[in-house]
Amino acid sequence: MQIKPILSALRRHKAGTFLIAMQIALTLAIVCNALFIIQQRIAHLSERTGIDEPDIFVIECEWVGSPTSQQADARMLEDLRVLRQLSSVQDATPSNSYPLNGGGWDDGIKLKPDQLQDSSGTTVYLADDHFIDTLGLKLIAGRNFRPEEVARIDMRDRLAAPQVIVTKALADKLFPNGDAVGKTIYLAGNPTTILGEVELLQAQSIDRWAADFAYRSVIVPRRLAASLGGFYIVRARPGQLDAAMRAAPAALFEHNPRRVINEQDGVLSFAQVRARAYERDRGMAILMGVICVALLAITAAGIVGLTSFWVGQRRKQIGVRRALGATQRDILGYFMTENLLISLGGVLVGVLLAIAINLWLVTRFEMSRLSMAYVLVGVAILLLLGQGAVLAPALRASRVPPVEATRSV
Amino acid sequence: MLRYYVDLALRSLRRDKVLTVLMVLALALGIGASITTLTVLRLLSGDPLPQKSSQLYYPRIDPNPRNGYIEGQTKPEAVMTYVDAMNLLNAHRAKRQAAMALMQAKVAPLRAHERPFYSDGVMTTSDFFTMFDAPFQYGGGWTPTDDANRAQLVVIAGFLNDKLFGGANSVGKTIRIEDHDFRIVGVLKDWSPQPRFYTQELGGRSYGDGEAVFLPLAAARAIDITPNSVNCFASVSDMKHLETQPCMWLGLWVELGDAAAVASYKEFLAGYANQQQSLGRFQRTETDLPDLMQWLRDEQVVPDDVRLQAALAFGFLLICVVNTVGLLLAKCLRRSGEIGVRRALGATRRDVFVQFMVEASMVGLAGGLLGLVFTELGLWGVRHQPAQYASLAHLNIEMFLFTFVVALVASLIAGLLPAWRACVLAPAPQLKAA
Repeated sequence: MQIKPILSALRRHKAGTFLIAMQIALTLAIVCNALFIIQQRIAHLSERTGIDEPDIFVIECEWVGSPTSQQADARMLEDLRVLRQLSSVQDATPSNSYPLNGGGWDDGIKLKPDQLQDSSGTTVYLADDHFIDTLGLKLIAGRNFRPEEVARIDMRDRLAAPQVIVTKALADKLFPNGDAVGKTIYLAGNPTTILGEVELLQAQSIDRWAADFAYRSVIVPRRLAASLGGFYIVRARPGQLDAAMRAAPAALFEHNPRRVINEQDGVLSFAQVRARAYERDRGMAILMGVICVALLAITAAGIVGLTSFWVGQRRKQIGVRRALGATQRDILGYFMTENLLISLGGVLVGVLLAIAINLWLVTRFEMSRLSMAYVLVGVAILLLLGQGAVLAPALRASRVPPVEATRSV
Repeated sequence: MLRYYVDLALRSLRRDKVLTVLMVLALALGIGASITTLTVLRLLSGDPLPQKSSQLYYPRIDPNPRNGYIEGQTKPEAVMTYVDAMNLLNAHRAKRQAAMALMQAKVAPLRAHERPFYSDGVMTTSDFFTMFDAPFQYGGGWTPTDDANRAQLVVIAGFLNDKLFGGANSVGKTIRIEDHDFRIVGVLKDWSPQPRFYTQELGGRSYGDGEAVFLPLAAARAIDITPNSVNCFASVSDMKHLETQPCMWLGLWVELGDAAAVASYKEFLAGYANQQQSLGRFQRTETDLPDLMQWLRDEQVVPDDVRLQAALAFGFLLICVVNTVGLLLAKCLRRSGEIGVRRALGATRRDVFVQFMVEASMVGLAGGLLGLVFTELGLWGVRHQPAQYASLAHLNIEMFLFTFVVALVASLIAGLLPAWRACVLAPAPQLKAA
């Protein structure tokens, strides 16, 4: 295939060539960045919580009648007994929060009492001795709390527990030598000893501000007995999640009706928790996907339109070429190559534009740098799209009969 | 003449139906996407109190320890300790001033069989309502004396009044909040300025519904209601008596009438910080006094995602316009023969140019109309998103008209090149070719 005649033909269609190339360039730039954003969001929403999600659900219970902390604690202990007795429930634990909850208690950890800056941020999970089993966490060092080590705490009490369990991520951050168990740290200003280490437990928030301590959680053996109420995290027996989610609130109300469990979101399976936490990220990914598809469709339509016009305009020339011995394949090849040349030009500009847009996004929106893989994928998509779009008009051109040369239009 | 051009344009558009549909559809998609995102963006970056925002200021001081302070870089704190808020409040250096914190309050229902429910609330001081121009349906706010006396009074929102009293005048009646009796002194009309400027940094949402109850700060604290957000900068001995602890939990707003008042308040604030430093309470003397809109900018209330979507949508529109240019160009060059005939029969270049611009603008109008449909669809989609601002996403008349401006401008820009190419065609060769 000779390229020179194609180029000289294109030179006579500067405006059209330029427009197609520019459309391809802009589309590439936007599609690359959109794909990149989609990938980032998907990576974000597939981060692990570290807990055994399929069997877990959460009950949020508010007390009626402003019980004191002691009264609330007594009610809570009874509730837990009721929950654990249910046949569909394997275990239950009280807590102030849970991963993906998006609200809770974050604090700082110091290694020395007089240290000015925190050594690490952390999410504080208040828990009892059933917490690890209920959530299905993996204890990799040290031991779990004993029942007698768990005490009551009110909203306004100081967090002064003699022992805590930390995640591996937090232990590694504080004690890189891997000997965290038995060491003393300062949580919220109070000394405490590391009793054990769990493998993985995500922080309560997945927002950007909490990204620094995403997996650095600390489990404190305290039941939060507040007059407001709190969360019960419940683990259903395998396969009995639905039954447990129906049975648990009913049993709680039967035992003690002086409570509020919101009908809409008072009882949430962890799948629902996850869907809520990542609704926005998923929405953004879907939107970007839709925009990509629409853009590619519009660009393809533009290429079809302009090429069809060119084919119509050049029927006579095509006829002449055919009469002079060019095969149908030659004609098809001509238009395909022509499109490839234009696309290559567009793609070249598009790559630069994609990088420029990404750099702008990085400065404005806390995004990371575009990886070249996405650019390459984008380039491949657009070259294929161009070839695909040009196929129909090119085929039509190849069917122009040689006799066309003898006709005046 | 214009009618003739419109007629010509319609004929030409009808001749290439597929091409016309393609152009209109692409333009409409671009317009739909960009107007949808622009509507949301404008809504989210709007002025919550247009008539008052230029007079409202948010003083910021910094009671934190010296450690971690970088001169010129560290911004003063966004919330205040009780001591500082009261010192500034009681100095009465502004025309009006109010300290506030957000809270959750359990409200008891009036009928026995209903369950109590939690409502969002504000604990604040008496100037709150006049300073923020909060409109009353019945009654009014409370007085500074009520503040001092810890009077158990409450202003309730219209929607709570509807829920509890069926919308009747409830001033003078009593409701139970956190198991204490509060007498209603005022009922607000629907009032929820967007973005929720005074809830920033106090543990509230940036957009959405307003609060249900407004209590005097002292009265609310007297029955131990805790603020939504408490931020302590030193070790705390007693979380119950927040007033005496090194904890920040109050926002302070002041109303300053003119530039002179602003300048003098700035001076007062700087003087206060210096005085507190010499007393040993402050280690940092940086202060700031942003006005309402500046405060919202500092807080970056508009979510990044929304701005990103808007940027993307306009990129999308640009591609659609380029696409339309290409297609219009193809169309118009195909009609070289017709143009040659028209020129030979006496049409000037100007005439040909206008004719093609009319055709382009008709594509634009059609694109605008369809774009409006897409915009409504897009906004409907936004309303069904889980965002706080979802319910606010509606097309106003301004954006409705703007849609057509965008559509026309886009199509005219798209039409320029083809129309120019058409009008500079030399008639003779075209006639010969035909």
